[in-house]
Amino acid sequence: MATKREVIEKEEVVIRFSGDSGDGMQLTGTLFSDSAALFGNDLVTFPDYPSEIRAPHGTVGGVSGFQVHLGHTEIRTPGDYADVLVAMNPAALKANARWLKPGATVILDSDSFDEKGLEKAGYTSDPIEEEKLNDYNIIRVPITTLTRKALDGLGLDMKSVLRSKNMFALGIVYWLFARPLDHTIKYFETKFKKRPLVVEANRRVLHAGYSYAETIEALTPTYMVSPAEIPKGTYRNINGNVATAWGFIAAAEKSGLQLFIGSYPITPATGILEELSMRKEFGVKSFQAEDEIAGICTALGASFAGSLAVTSTSGPGLALKSEAIGLAVMTELPIVIVDVQRGGPSTGLPTKTEQADLMQSLYGRNGECPVVVIAASTPSNCFHYAFQAAKIALEHMTPVLLMSDGFLANGSEPWRIPSSKDLPSIKPPIVKEGHENFQPYARDPESFSRLWAIPGTKGLEHRIGGLEKDAMKGSVSHDPLNHEKMVKTREEKVQRVANYIPEQEIEGDQTGDLLVIGWGGTYGHLITAVNEMRKEGYRVGLMHLHYIKPLPKNIETLLGRFKKKVVCELNLGQMASYLRMNFQDHHYHQVNKVQGLPFTVVELKEAFSKILNEE
Amino acid sequence: MEETMVQKLSPKDFKSDQEVRWCPGCGDHAILNAIQRALAELDYDREDYVFVSGIGCSSRFPYYMNTYGFHGIHGRASAIATGTKVANPRLSVWQITGDGDALAIGGNHFIHAVRRNIDINIVLFNNEIYGLTKGQYSPTSKMGAVTKTSPYGTVENPFHPGELVIGAQGKFFARSVDNNIQLSQEIFFEAARSEGTSVIEILQNCVIFNDKTHAEITDKAHKDDRQIILKHGEPMIFGKDRDKGLVLDGLKLKVVKIGENGITEKDILVHNATENNPGIHLMLANMRYPNYPVALGVIRNVTAPTYEKAVETQIEKVKKSSPLKSLDDLLHSGNTWKV
Repeated sequence: MATKREVIEKEEVVIRFSGDSGDGMQLTGTLFSDSAALFGNDLVTFPDYPSEIRAPHGTVGGVSGFQVHLGHTEIRTPGDYADVLVAMNPAALKANARWLKPGATVILDSDSFDEKGLEKAGYTSDPIEEEKLNDYNIIRVPITTLTRKALDGLGLDMKSVLRSKNMFALGIVYWLFARPLDHTIKYFETKFKKRPLVVEANRRVLHAGYSYAETIEALTPTYMVSPAEIPKGTYRNINGNVATAWGFIAAAEKSGLQLFIGSYPITPATGILEELSMRKEFGVKSFQAEDEIAGICTALGASFAGSLAVTSTSGPGLALKSEAIGLAVMTELPIVIVDVQRGGPSTGLPTKTEQADLMQSLYGRNGECPVVVIAASTPSNCFHYAFQAAKIALEHMTPVLLMSDGFLANGSEPWRIPSSKDLPSIKPPIVKEGHENFQPYARDPESFSRLWAIPGTKGLEHRIGGLEKDAMKGSVSHDPLNHEKMVKTREEKVQRVANYIPEQEIEGDQTGDLLVIGWGGTYGHLITAVNEMRKEGYRVGLMHLHYIKPLPKNIETLLGRFKKKVVCELNLGQMASYLRMNFQDHHYHQVNKVQGLPFTVVELKEAFSKILNEE
Repeated sequence: MEETMVQKLSPKDFKSDQEVRWCPGCGDHAILNAIQRALAELDYDREDYVFVSGIGCSSRFPYYMNTYGFHGIHGRASAIATGTKVANPRLSVWQITGDGDALAIGGNHFIHAVRRNIDINIVLFNNEIYGLTKGQYSPTSKMGAVTKTSPYGTVENPFHPGELVIGAQGKFFARSVDNNIQLSQEIFFEAARSEGTSVIEILQNCVIFNDKTHAEITDKAHKDDRQIILKHGEPMIFGKDRDKGLVLDGLKLKVVKIGENGITEKDILVHNATENNPGIHLMLANMRYPNYPVALGVIRNVTAPTYEKAVETQIEKVKKSSPLKSLDDLLHSGNTWKV
C-alpha cells in the first residue's frame, strides 16, 4: 500500500452490493461482512433478493442485493441509505439509485452498461443523467474485461471466468475500506479444497480488483471505520434462522429430550429445517414432510412420544397448520411452531419481510384456541426466544408460536456466544412409572400444566384426542359445563405463563412524551430512531414487545407513564388493535408500512416528530 | 434366583373402560376383537402399543384400547403415527383409519407413509361410505353408487387400496373381511411382525348406511366360491369343494377348475408373498367378483429397510464422525473472534 491515500474516518458506513441474481452478490456481501466482523466492526446485514431463482437476466426484477451497515459504534439496522453501491449491471443501478446517500460512491461494471444492458434495465439515455447522479462519485470499471484478463492462461472455462467477477468488485471494496484479503482467501481454500484451480482463480481476481483500486486515482478517499467498542467476549456472525435452530438444539440439551422437527420447505423459513437437518451429531431427527400439515402432525406425533417437537413455516404454511395447532391445544402437548413471516396474503411477497401474521397467530383457528405467542426481535436473539419458546412449551404443556420474519431470518449480526452452562434448566412435567392414580388431565395448581405420560411408560396407558376432554380423566366428554370449564382452563393456563416471564422493560426515557411500541424484527430501526430523537432533546422511550400472549403483567403501568403512544409495525395495525382490545383507556397512534421492506430510521423520526408536535 | 415372570397378556387386558359406541351389528366390533386377540399373542408389553387414528367411525378405535392412544384430526393419522414411530422406533404403532380418512382427505399422508416404509401397521376399514356424516359416497364407493351426495349415482372411479399401496411401493398388503376374526387376527399378527408399513384392508360392513356392500363376497352361502384366502407357499386354490384355482394365462390370471382340461393341482400358482416384483401381487389385489374371487390374506410381504432405522443409523454415523461433541462446540464452530 505504497500509494498515498486520503483517509476519511467514519463512524459508520453502509455498503450495498447488487447485481443480477446469478452474480453472486449474496456471497460477496457475506464475505465482506465476515471480514468486517473479524476486524471488530459492529454490523447488521440485509439480503434482499427476488423470489425467482433466475429472473430474466439483466432486468430490474432479477436484481439481488446485499446491504451491510458497519460501524465504530453500535449498529442496530442495515442502514437506510448507502454510502457505497456496487452495481454489476444497469438494472442494479436502476433498482438501487433511490437508496443512495447524496454524493455516494457508485462502482459500476462498465462492460455491462452496453446498449442491450441499458435497454433491459429500461434506460433510454445515459443512466447517470437519468438518475441525476452527476455529482456523485461514479467509478466506471470494466470489471468483466479485467476479470477475463486476470484469468488469462489459467485454463478456466468462460462460465467460471465470468462467475468470478464478483471477486473483482469485492477486491475494490476491500481496498476502499483498507481491509485485508486473507479471510476471504482462506474461505475459498477451505470451500474448494479439492479444486485448486477455482481457489487460484478467485484469489487472482480478488487481488486484481484490489490492485486496480490501488492504482486508479478515482477511488480516493478511503473510508476508515475503526473497530467498535462492544462488550468483551467471543463473537460470531449469525442469522436469524440458524440462531432459531440452535436455540432449539440448546433447549433439547437442557431438557434432556430428543429434538424432532417436522417441516416443509417454505421461504423464508427453510433455513431452520436445513440447519437442523445438518445437526445429526446432536441426535436431531429432522423430517421433511409431504406438506405443511404433515410437518406439524409428525411433530405432534413425536411430541406425544416424548420429543421436543418443532415445526417451522411461513404465513401460508401457518394457515395450513391451524387445524393441527387446535389439536395441540386440545391434547395439551408441547410443540413450538415457528412462523417466519413474509409479505402476504396468499403467496404474496415470499422473499420480503412483513409483520402481518400477528392476528393469524393469536386467533387464526376454530374455537377458543389459545396459544402462547412470542416474537424475536434481532437475528441473534432468535436463539434466546427459540430457547424460551421451547422451555415454555415443555414446562407448561402448550403449543407456542414463535414469530420471526424475513428480515430476521436472513439478516445477520455479530453475536456474543453464550455458554451452555449459563442457560436455564428446562423441566418438563414427565410422569414416571409407578405414579399413583395417574389422571392425564390432572393439573399443576400453579401453572395449570397437565402431566406428560410418554408411551412406553408402564401403567400410564391413556388416550388423548381432539374431542373435548373430561377435566380430570381426559376421556371424551360432551357435558356442557365441562366444555365451558375446559375452554376457560385452557385460556387460563396460557394466561398463567405471565407468572413465569420477565416484566416488560422500556429502553430510553422511562417517562416522557412519546412511548414507541413495537414488536419483532423492527427493533433495530425503532431503537435507532428513538436514540436519535433523544439526542435531539425529545423525551422518548421504546417498549419493544417479545411476549405477546400472554403480555407481561406491567404493560398497563408502563403505558401510563407517557403522554402519547405510537405503535409501529409492518402491517396495517394488528398490534395496535390488540393493545386497544387489552388496554382500552389509552390512545394509540400508528405508524404502518406494508411494502415488503423494513422501516427506515428517517421515516420513523419524521413520523414521531409529527406526533410529538401535534396538539 | 428369582425368575422374571413374563406376564402373558390376554385379549381382555386390551379392553379399555370406555363403553364401545359403534352401532349394534357394525363390523368394527369384530375388528376390535381380532386386534385385541392378535396383540395378546405378540411380544410387546402393553405400554409399548400406540393406537393412532384420524376421524370417522373407525377412528374411535383408540378409545376402546387400553393402550396409549391418540385420536387425531381428519386424514392426518398417517402423519401423526409417522412422527410417533420415528421419534421412538421401539413402540408398536397402529393406525386405525377408514376409506374416507385414509384415501380422501388423508390420501397424501397415506401414500407417503407407505413410500417411506415407516414401520407402522395401518388398518383400513373399507365400507365404501362416509358413516359418521351419515351416508355420503367415499373414494372407494363403486362407480354409480347412490348415496346422499350422489342421488343419481357417482360418476367417478373408486380407488382400490391394494393398487394404491403397491403403486406407492408398498411392502405389505393384506385383506380380510370384518366377520372373519380368525383370518384378521392372523393377518394382524403377521403385519406386526413384518418391518415397514403394513396396510391391512378390512372389508367392513356399515349396517346403517351401506349395508351388505360386500355381501356378494362375504355371504356365508357364497363366500367360499367368491373369496380366495392366500397363504404364502401354498397353491392358490379356492371353492367350496376346493376344486378351483388360479393360473397364469399369458400376462393375466385365470380361474381354472382342477380336473378339467387336464388341469391338476400342480398347474396351480403357488403364492409367494415375499416376491419383490409386485406384478402378480397387483393382479391378485385387483381381482374382483364376478370374474375372479376376491383375494384375502397376506398378498404381499416384502422385506425392505425402514425409514426410522435409517434415520437412527445416520445419526449414529454422524455422531461418530462429527468434530462437534457439545452445544458449546456448535456455538463456537466456524469463524469466531475475541473482543
